[in-house]
Amino acid sequence: MKRYLIRRFLFAILTLVVATMLVFGLSRAAGDPLLLYAKPGGYGMSPQRVEDLSRKLGLDKPLVVQYFVWLGRVLRGDFGETIVAETPVSRLIRERMAPTVQLAVAAFALAIVVGVPLGVLSAVRRGSLWDYLGRALALFGQGAPTFWVGIMAILLFAVILGWLPAGTAGPDDVPLWKWAKLQYLIMPAVALGWGPAAAFLRLTRSAMLEVLGSEYIKLARAKGANSTVIVWKHAFRNAILQPLTAAAITLAGFITGAVVIERIFAWPGIGQLTIEAVWNNDFPTLTSTVLLWTFVFVFMNFLADIAYGYLNPVIRYE
Amino acid sequence: MRQGMLRKTGDLNPMGRRLSASGLSAWRFLRRWPVFPILVLAVLIVAGVAAPWIAPNDPIDQSLPLRSARPFYQDDSPYMLGGDHVGRDVMSRVIHGARVSLAVMAVALSAGLVIGTALGLLAGYSGGVVDELITRAVDVWLGFPFLLLALVVAIVIGASFQVVMALMVLLAWSPFVRNVRADVLVLKESDYVALARISGASTTRILLRHILPGTVGTITVIASLSVGGLILAEATLSFLGAGIPSPTPSWGNMVAEGRDYLQSAWWTSTFPGVALFLTVMSLNFLGDWLRDRLDPRLRQLD
Repeated sequence: MKRYLIRRFLFAILTLVVATMLVFGLSRAAGDPLLLYAKPGGYGMSPQRVEDLSRKLGLDKPLVVQYFVWLGRVLRGDFGETIVAETPVSRLIRERMAPTVQLAVAAFALAIVVGVPLGVLSAVRRGSLWDYLGRALALFGQGAPTFWVGIMAILLFAVILGWLPAGTAGPDDVPLWKWAKLQYLIMPAVALGWGPAAAFLRLTRSAMLEVLGSEYIKLARAKGANSTVIVWKHAFRNAILQPLTAAAITLAGFITGAVVIERIFAWPGIGQLTIEAVWNNDFPTLTSTVLLWTFVFVFMNFLADIAYGYLNPVIRYE
Repeated sequence: MRQGMLRKTGDLNPMGRRLSASGLSAWRFLRRWPVFPILVLAVLIVAGVAAPWIAPNDPIDQSLPLRSARPFYQDDSPYMLGGDHVGRDVMSRVIHGARVSLAVMAVALSAGLVIGTALGLLAGYSGGVVDELITRAVDVWLGFPFLLLALVVAIVIGASFQVVMALMVLLAWSPFVRNVRADVLVLKESDYVALARISGASTTRILLRHILPGTVGTITVIASLSVGGLILAEATLSFLGAGIPSPTPSWGNMVAEGRDYLQSAWWTSTFPGVALFLTVMSLNFLGDWLRDRLDPRLRQLD
């Protein structure tokens, strides 16, 4: 278990280092970073400002040194300043963090609460109406683009039916559990949770089917264990391993989905910040948010690895 | 037992009613062959290849009086699927948008396939450090939320058709490496490869003539399973404004442009989304079907 964890940890670090190198490399491939500050149609820059900016950005040093200086800053949470407003990116990120976390947690919880039990049900009652329903949901979730589902949801529930608000996170001064605020969360969370729910359903179902067909389940049945015990105690605990390993695959889509959903619903989170940076050509903000997403992604993968190692006795007792 | 259950559901339609003899054979035919997906894909290919000739209007011609013209020729609108916020024909744009998806299949998928397969062959056959390096590279690559990295690239280099295709290649190659490598590891231990080596065949010849043919099934399956995701990835990138630049129609940017006009023109977002959805679903179905036929090993029971 210890060796396994160390290996996974080193791998996570390696991935992050490569990510920072890629992002840094890309930022330098963009040409002279100073040009970013000289906006097209602007008035150009005085030699004094060029020199100031060069020193501020560390451009007068060799590339490798620049990389480490930049990395050191990033590690200390200093992501530089936005080009548009020249305010610290870290402050922007802090402001936008809470809405994103709310959205992500709600969507992920929804995905698990819907996907996993439906997957189990679909496998246990194979060929039943539940199974057809589950498989239809899984197929639909696999094929329907997140951004389109979101927009169709707005069309139906906001424009046509008028049940839910079409966007933004609602008033700031109302607590989350009040309907006045909560109603803003429902649509984005469902639209974002939809895809992962389908993925969890499919994975849980196939893993359950495999386990339910195995010898030890047959033995448990033959010994007369009741079926609830068989399903939840014997089968489920083994079957859940596979969806956990595959959580990584779901996660990449989940993060992209979060960006997309925030854009559609004008949700004031990190995803929206990322897209604004794309539109404004705001390079420091974009690289910072992308790095942040990558970090979250790698960290979650690492957590999944730990959970997997803990749940899988072959690794736990290694 | 599983077989028996399958046969039972095969004889019934989803409602559980018994069907007449002819209805039964038609139902079986539909279950056995991916008729619907192939139909959709045929339409996609024809639409993509022949877009300039079959599209009723120019996809980028704007028209002030036809802004948000209603679909299905209501109110004397000349457009089948309505007009968008600057009066372009949504139908013609959807037809032209098929070209982007076709290009993803033709360019990005095939380039990714060639690169991924080559690396897979190399890793599996040579083993050792090379294998370790390639496998680790794939792992690291899969460790990124790729689309976000693509956003950065699109901003740095500027979004264009070529850049988007290059990005899709970067996304497409990795699944081939793993699976081809796994195949090669088995194949290279086989007797006929040993015989080929003894008779003095060069490494290149062994790889291309003796091992590569054995991986064709896997390659086909991976290609068909990943193509839907690739098309979706392109559409998402275009939706986020970092893909195919406007005014060139792509389904992703059409849905994005329609977002702000949902109140007045729901059709501008809906129809390209339907096209995208049908395409991706069909490709996924076809992929599942091919996998079951060619390589049941890759199957996740369903």
